[in-house]
Amino acid sequence: MRRNGNRPDALIETLHSIQSTFGYLDEPALLYVSDMLSVSPAEVYGVATFYHYFQLKPQGKHCCSVCTGTACYIKGADQVLANIEKTYGIKPGETTEDGELSLLTVRCLGACGLAPAATLDGEVIGNVTVESLQQRIEEVTVHDNA
Amino acid sequence: MITRDGLDQIAAEEQARQAEHKQCIRVCTAAGCLSQHSNQVKEALEAAVAEQGREHECHVKGVGCLGLCSHGPLVAVDPDDVLYEHVKPEDATEIVASIGKEPVERIKCPTDVPFFNRQVKIVLENCGIIDPESIEDYIAHDGYQALATALTTMSPAQVIDEVLRSGLRGRGGGGYPTGLKWTTVAKAVSDTKYVICNADEGDPGAFMDRSVLESDPHRVLEGMAIAAYAVGAQKGYVYVRAEYPIAIERLKSAIRAARRAGLLGRNILGTDFDFDVELRLGAGAYVCGEETALMASIEGRRGTPRPRPPYPADYGLWGEPTLINNVETFANIAPIINRGSEWFASIGTENCKGTKVFALAGQITNTGLIEVPMGITLREIVYEIGGGVPNGKEVKAVQTGGPSGGCIPAEYLDMPVDFESLKQLGSMMGSGGMIVMDSSASMVGVAKYFMEFSMSESCGKCIPCRVGTAQMYNLLTKINNGEATYRDLELLKELCDLVRNASLCGLGQSAPQPVLSTLRYFEHEYLDKLIDGPLAMAPAEIEGQEA
Repeated sequence: MRRNGNRPDALIETLHSIQSTFGYLDEPALLYVSDMLSVSPAEVYGVATFYHYFQLKPQGKHCCSVCTGTACYIKGADQVLANIEKTYGIKPGETTEDGELSLLTVRCLGACGLAPAATLDGEVIGNVTVESLQQRIEEVTVHDNA
Repeated sequence: MITRDGLDQIAAEEQARQAEHKQCIRVCTAAGCLSQHSNQVKEALEAAVAEQGREHECHVKGVGCLGLCSHGPLVAVDPDDVLYEHVKPEDATEIVASIGKEPVERIKCPTDVPFFNRQVKIVLENCGIIDPESIEDYIAHDGYQALATALTTMSPAQVIDEVLRSGLRGRGGGGYPTGLKWTTVAKAVSDTKYVICNADEGDPGAFMDRSVLESDPHRVLEGMAIAAYAVGAQKGYVYVRAEYPIAIERLKSAIRAARRAGLLGRNILGTDFDFDVELRLGAGAYVCGEETALMASIEGRRGTPRPRPPYPADYGLWGEPTLINNVETFANIAPIINRGSEWFASIGTENCKGTKVFALAGQITNTGLIEVPMGITLREIVYEIGGGVPNGKEVKAVQTGGPSGGCIPAEYLDMPVDFESLKQLGSMMGSGGMIVMDSSASMVGVAKYFMEFSMSESCGKCIPCRVGTAQMYNLLTKINNGEATYRDLELLKELCDLVRNASLCGLGQSAPQPVLSTLRYFEHEYLDKLIDGPLAMAPAEIEGQEA
């Protein structure tokens, strides 16, 4: 993790490594980074909150991101998103109470040819519909409970 | 260390190795087809080849984007010249058995249609042909020849001159002449200079850069190395979005392979030219596509822009002269050196040379990646290449340039596509996202969508953009909900003007663009939603404000 030579400019790279290892950035991690790279805690926090990609809260067991790019918008991504919000009672950026599912939105997955698109646990699913995405989510969450 | 002869030898060996297999099955493994499980198709094809005992003559290869994403997963068979669409793993046995005989009609995708034969491929010429994970395959397709030519037979000034004469303009959206940019950086006096490849493709609805990086990463590295030689830089960065995991993986492996082959690093191709490339990941901030914000992000800080001048060419990364070009721009460099500036300048229009890659999406039959010569009309792109709007609906507008661009209405579809004409229409070329909307799209809704985008992506440094976009969003919401008066619409227009003129960087300056362009062509949709209705306003007043 420290292969960038503890230089202050390695801040973003370091935060990436932490997030990919632990799933999110908690306060002790941010303070540790601040100490190691000689960057003030305020600046570390500033960078961590500036970029949408960094998560400061633990994520659910499964994670669903709905693409809100232009092509997806034109093809009805807002309805897909609204349905999941309603079904699971969470808004983008939130996790269900049982910790099963986190809902996120992304700006563009670059899968516009397959709009509307979403990712479920890192796997890109193209041409989703309100029903098909919900079904996929049910499949993964029910599978765990069985 | 490798020399030019060594390069030729690798190419000859690889060509001989490929010639051993008479047949080649190319499976698209770019993100679009992968998400439709093309990796399983590839495995099934490999198994089928083994089962039918044809390993000695038939080679299954994972390649980059074959273009027609909406028909994926795509599989191409050489030398039969057959393309299959919507291929499932179950189809593998049948496909392999048919090679050299009659193709499988059921899943055959016609290739003699405008989508394929109207395109002119320069940037994408290797996409879907070579294996992006194999540097040998790239070298066998004339890869790194341009770098060798530049390093061994041309002076840096000659390289710049060649790029200048080609007429290449930056493909990131602005259209600044690439050669001029290079000249400025080359003239800057400093021991340390940097080359940055901007692969922070933030425009929603655009995926050209992703496809190029996933399909032909070495092409971009070669372009960067040639640029570095021309301007006198030693170090390069590729700034790529973290949302593109496949592109990142392929770039990483390409950089490793190029270093191992001695095409990056010290004493490249036996000359005294040193150049190395490092990857930097973005973290989901649209504003980082702006060059000064991008550099702040590479330095590990919040990606906020700063006023220009000084321009990056004089005072860039860590205060040193820096050249920033976009992925597609770098991908054009090697062909220009290999085939000469005259050849390049013969394609396109008077002021815009070469081709442009577009990501075609939205309400259109053929979605995917296309490359067309500059100057082609929108009508040709939408109706011939794109196959028109599905379900017999009409095109209402074409959106180009993402959140900084605008909507071009159907009556202007015959305008040629180049930097100037699109600007004249109140839109812009942008990086190449092209989204087709049919009659069901609400233009106020579209404007509101883009304003929401600009509002949440505003970095917050300058007030016109931070506060202005939020206020415009509120007004658009009010209009969209049918709660606004004519006065609100006037306010919106005033705000557009203010934010456009007073913002610090391109994000704010262009944020009103989607509103302005929809107002220009679809003002009635706004007026219809007002409480005091279309009848309450004086037409003359509107026209006066538009000018």
